[in-house]
Amino acid sequence: MKTRYLIPLLVFLLLVGLFMVGLGLDPREVPSPLIDKPAPAFSLPDLHDESRTVGTEDLKKHKVSLFNVWASWCAACLQEHPLLVELAREGVVPIYGLNYKDKRPDALNWLKRLGDPYTASAFDEKGRVGIDWGVYGVPETFVVDSKGVIRYKQIGPITEEAWRETILPLIERIRAEEG
Amino acid sequence: MLPELGNFALILAMSIALAQGIIPLVGAARGMPGWIAFGRTAAWTQFLFLVVSFGILTHAFVINDFSVAYVANNSNSALPLGYRISAVWGGHEGSLLLWVMLMGAWSAAVALFSKRLPPEMVARVLAVMGLVSVGFLAFVIFTSNPFDRYYPAPADGRDLNPLLQDIGLILHPPMLYMGYVGFSVAFAFAIAALLGGKLDAAWARWSRPWTIVAWVFLTLGISLGSWWAYYELGWGGWWFWDPVENASFLPWLTGTALMHSLAVSEKRSTFKSWTVLLAIFAFSLCLLGTFLVRSGVLTSVHAFASDPTRGVFVLMLLAIVVGVSLAIYAWRAPQVKSAGNFALLSRETFLLGNNVLLVVATATILLGTIYPLILDALDLGKISVGPPYFNAVFIPLMIPLIIALGIGPLSRWKQDEFPRLVRLLRGALLGSLVLGALIPWLLFDSLEPMVILGTALSLWLLFTVLLDWFHRGRHKASRWKGMLGQPLGFYGMALAHLGVAITAIGITYSSYYSLEKDLRMAPGDELELGGYLFRFEGVQSNHGPNYTATEGVISVSRDGRPVDTLHTQKRIYTVQQMPMTEAGIDPGLFRDLYVALGEPLGDGGWAVRIYYKPYVRWIWLGSLFMALGGILAASDRRYRLMARRKAEKGVGAKLVTQES
Repeated sequence: MKTRYLIPLLVFLLLVGLFMVGLGLDPREVPSPLIDKPAPAFSLPDLHDESRTVGTEDLKKHKVSLFNVWASWCAACLQEHPLLVELAREGVVPIYGLNYKDKRPDALNWLKRLGDPYTASAFDEKGRVGIDWGVYGVPETFVVDSKGVIRYKQIGPITEEAWRETILPLIERIRAEEG
Repeated sequence: MLPELGNFALILAMSIALAQGIIPLVGAARGMPGWIAFGRTAAWTQFLFLVVSFGILTHAFVINDFSVAYVANNSNSALPLGYRISAVWGGHEGSLLLWVMLMGAWSAAVALFSKRLPPEMVARVLAVMGLVSVGFLAFVIFTSNPFDRYYPAPADGRDLNPLLQDIGLILHPPMLYMGYVGFSVAFAFAIAALLGGKLDAAWARWSRPWTIVAWVFLTLGISLGSWWAYYELGWGGWWFWDPVENASFLPWLTGTALMHSLAVSEKRSTFKSWTVLLAIFAFSLCLLGTFLVRSGVLTSVHAFASDPTRGVFVLMLLAIVVGVSLAIYAWRAPQVKSAGNFALLSRETFLLGNNVLLVVATATILLGTIYPLILDALDLGKISVGPPYFNAVFIPLMIPLIIALGIGPLSRWKQDEFPRLVRLLRGALLGSLVLGALIPWLLFDSLEPMVILGTALSLWLLFTVLLDWFHRGRHKASRWKGMLGQPLGFYGMALAHLGVAITAIGITYSSYYSLEKDLRMAPGDELELGGYLFRFEGVQSNHGPNYTATEGVISVSRDGRPVDTLHTQKRIYTVQQMPMTEAGIDPGLFRDLYVALGEPLGDGGWAVRIYYKPYVRWIWLGSLFMALGGILAASDRRYRLMARRKAEKGVGAKLVTQES
């Protein structure tokens, strides 16, 4: 067997190796500069009650909480919503919402139809807070600890797998840290 | 009940494919006629079950059976019937079912049109195709089953992605898949020839029509996709060097190289192990494309829902199919003897140049496409590779390709003389250079070097094709009779090469002379662009069966005479709440007028985008010429006569020498 006829096979095997590694990586997973930094402070009107506000202070009330960016126009939010409702029903972790670039009646209607898992939702009509938080797509979910530090950011819907393997263990770890 | 039958048919098809992959192969190795003949029966039966399965899924869409998860995810009761049917391949699972059905169709076609081929060859070809089918059917059944149920069934479906609710995208996937899967035939012929140890001119002649037909489908599929992107995405672009587009372009480039290399293998019995490698590459790149699109390893605008288990499965499939075939190649190819020698200046050299350029283009585009993945895998950072890279590497490769393309058909096999070629071609060269500068100056009053180059190259193709045609009539009693009496293969080649010229003109002129304007327009506002007066008449509300729309009306006039009234819509599809832009286009052979409605800006004003795009239609017109040329070439009667020629082998050999 002449070796030069083996070259295509060898090059191909190299490629397969690269793809194998590539499969384990997520191209959309852009490292967020906000991880392990204090969450950008905000205070926004409550979605349900304009006279009240929701802000960073609320997040700090809990040992750990989720901060979930959502909108009624977002199709992927539909996908993760049942999981959030379930988490809220079981009282696993408080979930705060950032209703992003939405219209109030649409958002309220959406929650009425699909269930409201949020302890409170901040109403970010213009998306200003979203910009501070580096949101570039909906949904996104942040894990925030009691010092108001962002510990993790999930881009896109929370999948069962991400919840089971990443987010839930992290929540338990943070709880343990805080004692 | 029916969906379960569909699933059952799919499983049966896979069992048959497995038998089709093993029995004829053993039969061919041991010389058992009954086992050899089994391949044809299996191909037919497998195809039948796949049609049944596909039909049942289509039926579920037609009757809105939302208990089938795939239907619920990709359809809606408000979706018009035509789109409900096309939604069958609108998502991942169904498009794979389409893929395996088309694969079955190609196998059945091989079984049907191979009566005159040696039975062992047919058996091996069908076996290879059967084995590939097994892989894909397993993929469908185990990771992407379109017949999975929802219980309880949802009241209504989540609707088809609005982007896909369009005629261009109804036809685009079947065409593209026909092309992808079609290359499996050339691939199977190559593997069968390697296994059988008979890599001869006959093998190349059998592969040629199949390769050309697959290439035609791929050409049409790619240009439909490009045309769709142009009018549907609302920003007037027609090619984005997106990973998914590249995934379809790579097999096209390799397939083009393969068609030309097969010609040399057939006529001159040389380049053979190279041709086999190209056949393997072309199909491998189709599989690679599937992997890239389905696994989500690359980010793309064609964001299909990606799933890591699917990615692993396709990667395994890719590794097995390509790995095994390259291993067979490494094992058998060294025994292949290339017969023909050729001089440095000969048609072989020009075709070799064609091959090298196309393969280098494939490699550079492949590199650009997977470069982000490579860096990421080696932990060297996150980057994306954009159009500037691709344009910078691709265009310089196409220039020598087109120059060689003009000379190749006029040059002689085996050996040619430089002075003869110079004598033959100097008029065409001079003419294309002079007119290449003159035409853009007259049309656009411009002397842009790249435009002159583009025009000159296109004219070069036009002149050399005409010259070739004229030249071919020289030995006949009457030149006209000689010119009209050429075989279909020649007309096919000429048309396809002209298609390249037409596309090149379209690309050059539309990229250099397009005008565009983004502006705020209130009712009554006017804009002059490219000699046309665009007047914003206002917006009205409109609605379709499953969307509501805001429609901007823009009337166009030229020198006071009305040209057209364009309607551009901003649609909100009710189920997915997804906004879509429908561009308003006044098409023309020499220019498109294109308007797209943007966001409302308050006080009755709207963001409006207006384009004037000269010659943009030539891009797709050229690809139609290429496809038509392919069809003519594949229907050349010599492919139908090949059995007779084989019988009279001496005559066949003589014919080949006469043609040189």
